[in-house]
Formats: sequence, C-alpha cells, structure tokens
Amino acid sequence: MAEFFEMGGHGFFIWTSYAVTALVLLHGYLAPVLRRKNLIRQLGSPDRGPGTK
Amino acid sequence: MMRASRKRRLVIAGVLVTGVSVAVLLTLLALRENINLFYSPSQVVAGEVVEGSYFRIGGMVVDGSVRRNPDDLQVSFDLTDTAETVTVHYSGILPDLFREGQGIVALGRLEDHGFRADQVLAKHDENYMPPEVSEALKAANRQPYAPAATGGGS
Amino acid sequence: MAMRKPAQPTTSRSRAWRWFHRFGSPAYFYFFAGRWAPRFGHLAVAFFLAGLYFGLVVAPPDYQMGDSYRIIFIHVPSAWMSMFIYVVMAVSAGIGLVWRIKLSHAVARSCAPVGAAFTFCALVTGALWGKPTWGTYWIWDARLTSELVLLFLYVGYMALLAALDDWKTGSRAGAVLALVGLVNIPIIHYSVEWWNTLHQGATITKLGRPSIDIRMLVPLLIMFAAVNFYFLAAMLNRVRCELLDQERRTRWVQEVVNG
Repeated sequence: MAEFFEMGGHGFFIWTSYAVTALVLLHGYLAPVLRRKNLIRQLGSPDRGPGTK
Repeated sequence: MMRASRKRRLVIAGVLVTGVSVAVLLTLLALRENINLFYSPSQVVAGEVVEGSYFRIGGMVVDGSVRRNPDDLQVSFDLTDTAETVTVHYSGILPDLFREGQGIVALGRLEDHGFRADQVLAKHDENYMPPEVSEALKAANRQPYAPAATGGGS
Repeated sequence: MAMRKPAQPTTSRSRAWRWFHRFGSPAYFYFFAGRWAPRFGHLAVAFFLAGLYFGLVVAPPDYQMGDSYRIIFIHVPSAWMSMFIYVVMAVSAGIGLVWRIKLSHAVARSCAPVGAAFTFCALVTGALWGKPTWGTYWIWDARLTSELVLLFLYVGYMALLAALDDWKTGSRAGAVLALVGLVNIPIIHYSVEWWNTLHQGATITKLGRPSIDIRMLVPLLIMFAAVNFYFLAAMLNRVRCELLDQERRTRWVQEVVNG
C-alpha cells in the first residue's frame, strides 16, 4: 500500500497531478450547477432578479 | 469618480489587452530564440552557431562515450546525430533518463575542448512499454524503437 | 414541456430541417440538455473511476520512466480536450456569427471555461511529468509555448465576453477572436514535427501503429471517453445557464422559474 503512494519515488508528481486535475474538473462541473440554481432563484423573485446583462 | 460598471469594464479591458499582448510576446520570444529548441551536432560542426553564443545542442548519447570522474560530479559524453559528433562536458546530477542511446538536450557554450553544458535534459521518445516487453525486444536482438535522430523534432 | 409534432409530409430533408430547427430552439435545448447532462456526468464518473483503476493499479510501469509515466492518463486526455474544445468553440462561434443562431453563441461561450480548465491541467500535469523525466518543469519549446498561448486565447476570449455588456456584441467579437486563434491548433499539434522540441512526438495520432503497450493504451482510451463525457456534461450545464439568463423574459423561462 505504501508502495502505491510512493510510486517509485515519483509520488509527489503523480498525486499532485491527479489532485489538481480532480479539483479543477470538479469545480468546473459544480460551478454551472450552482449558478443555474441561483439564477432560477433570482429570476423567480418579484423584482425579476439582477439587472439585464 | 468613475461609475462602478465603467471601472469594471476598464479593469477587464486592461486584463484583456495585457493577456493578448503577453501571448503575442511569448510567441515572438519563442520565435526570436529560433523556434527550434536545439542545434544538431551537424549544425554545430558546420559552424551554424554564432561564435561564443549560449545555445542548446541536441543529439543521442554515443554508446561507450560516457566518462565520469569518480571524485566529483564531472561527466563527459558524446552527442551524435549519426552524421557528426560533439563532446559535452557537464558538472552536476544528470536526469534519471540519461543513458547511452538516449536523446539529450544540453544548454551551454561551445569551448575549445567541447561543449560545456550548464543544463542537461533528457528527451524521451513516444514509446511506452513495460520492462518485460523492452527486455524481450532487446533479447530478440532488435532495437526497440531506437531514439529518433534529432533533426525534425522527435 | 410541450413538444409540438407538426403534421407534415416527412421527407428525409424536411425531417433534417425540423430536427435542426428543434435543436436551435432554446427551450427544446434547455430541456434536452437537462436530461442528458446528468447522464453524461454519470458516464464521466464511471469512466474516470475505471480509468483510474486501470491506469494506477493495473497498468505496469514503463521501462524507462517507471511510475511517473502514469501522469499520461490525465495529461494526454487534457491536452487533447484543450485543442478539441477550442475547435468546437470556434466553429460554434463562427456558426453563430454567420447564421445568427443564438444557441450557437451560447454553446461557444459555454465551451471556453471547460477548454481553459483542460488547458491548465495539461500544462500543470505536463510540468509535473517533465521534472522527473526531462529534468525541468518548463521549457520554451514550440509545443509547450503554443499550448500556453492556447490558455491565453481561452482567457482572452472569456475576458472579452466579460468586457462587452451586450451579449450579442460580445458573442460576435468573441467569435472573431476564437476564429483568429484557430491557427494555433495545428501549430500545437504539428509543433513536434515541424521543429526540434524537447516534447516528444505523437504516440497515437501518428500514422501507423500506436507505440504504446496495450495495457497502457486501454486506460488511456478509457480516460479519453471520460473527459469527453465530462465536457458534454459541463458544457451543456453552462448552456442551460446562458439560456435562462438570455431568455429570461420568454414564457418558457418564466414557467421554469415560477413553476
């Protein structure tokens, strides 16, 4: 198991790569999902939400 | 006082202009240093490199040419593009991938006794295989995808 | 969500046009994307997990690079997507520009953040792969430099869109920029062939057999599928946001928002 994390001494490079990618992609997926929910909430309120863009 | 929306546009416009300028400058910078990353041994021997300039040379490490000094980190080896050969002298730790037959790119200056390198980088080719396949290929006495000659980039 | 089915003679050409028009309708696309984005998301997760398993656990180490080569399973798919998405973005923007199709502009705008993310990942994972193998995190060779230029194109495109308040004007200006930058894509791809570079040449897209062991190729292909599903899921979700925002005064949006 320790070998798996060590990755022949290259553990830092491999795991940092995977971690950065995972975080970036995760954020990229969640951001529009959240934005859509916010939009619906804002557009549904009586004052028609934020000013036109 | 500037309206918030106008100021926002100014800032964004500034970022935009800076971004595009940097992109163009980067391209020009890369072009200015000659898009080719390195000269081949043939080009160096032919005198294509400006006298005394700091440049990169790329080639294959000649079998049996690696000589290490046991007392310090000094090492010398020959780089070839199968047509011409240049001797490289380097003091420091070589990259993991350094070995005979490997593609190497060295940064430094041409001196009387050879090329004195400040930086040695190892290329690796586009082949990926596990050790047992590599051994099997070597055992079958066939060169496994011999590292490509340097002209043309890989 | 009511789907009108016009009673018309259905020649294949008129069916193609109706399909095209239907997809060009923001409302239809919104709900179509609403059904398919989650499915693509689930597929992406499944393929990512499979790719991780086959790449990190099953695949053997490389004869030269040992375990560090395993970065290939995210680096190469990211790099591929960074280029592929740019082409989709530029083409979509170009179509929006020429045919004046709003949805096309929405797709282009939605592509940019996803493409930029993959470009960033390609550069970072490439640097982390370069250090233990080449001996350096970065070098200004043609391949790395042109990929960095791609990142600046994405960021420039997004900044331009943000700087122009009017959605249509911004989309059109962005389309011009995206199209102008298209030349960078073949430059990136052929950089390792046209010039001497530190970066190695193509393994898969070159003519001839891929020079990669099958046990390493399989997780790579799995990851290719994963990133494509991810792109579709993320991009479609972003298009939905654009449509809600831009079509806010239409009846179908009012129904979504209040219903």
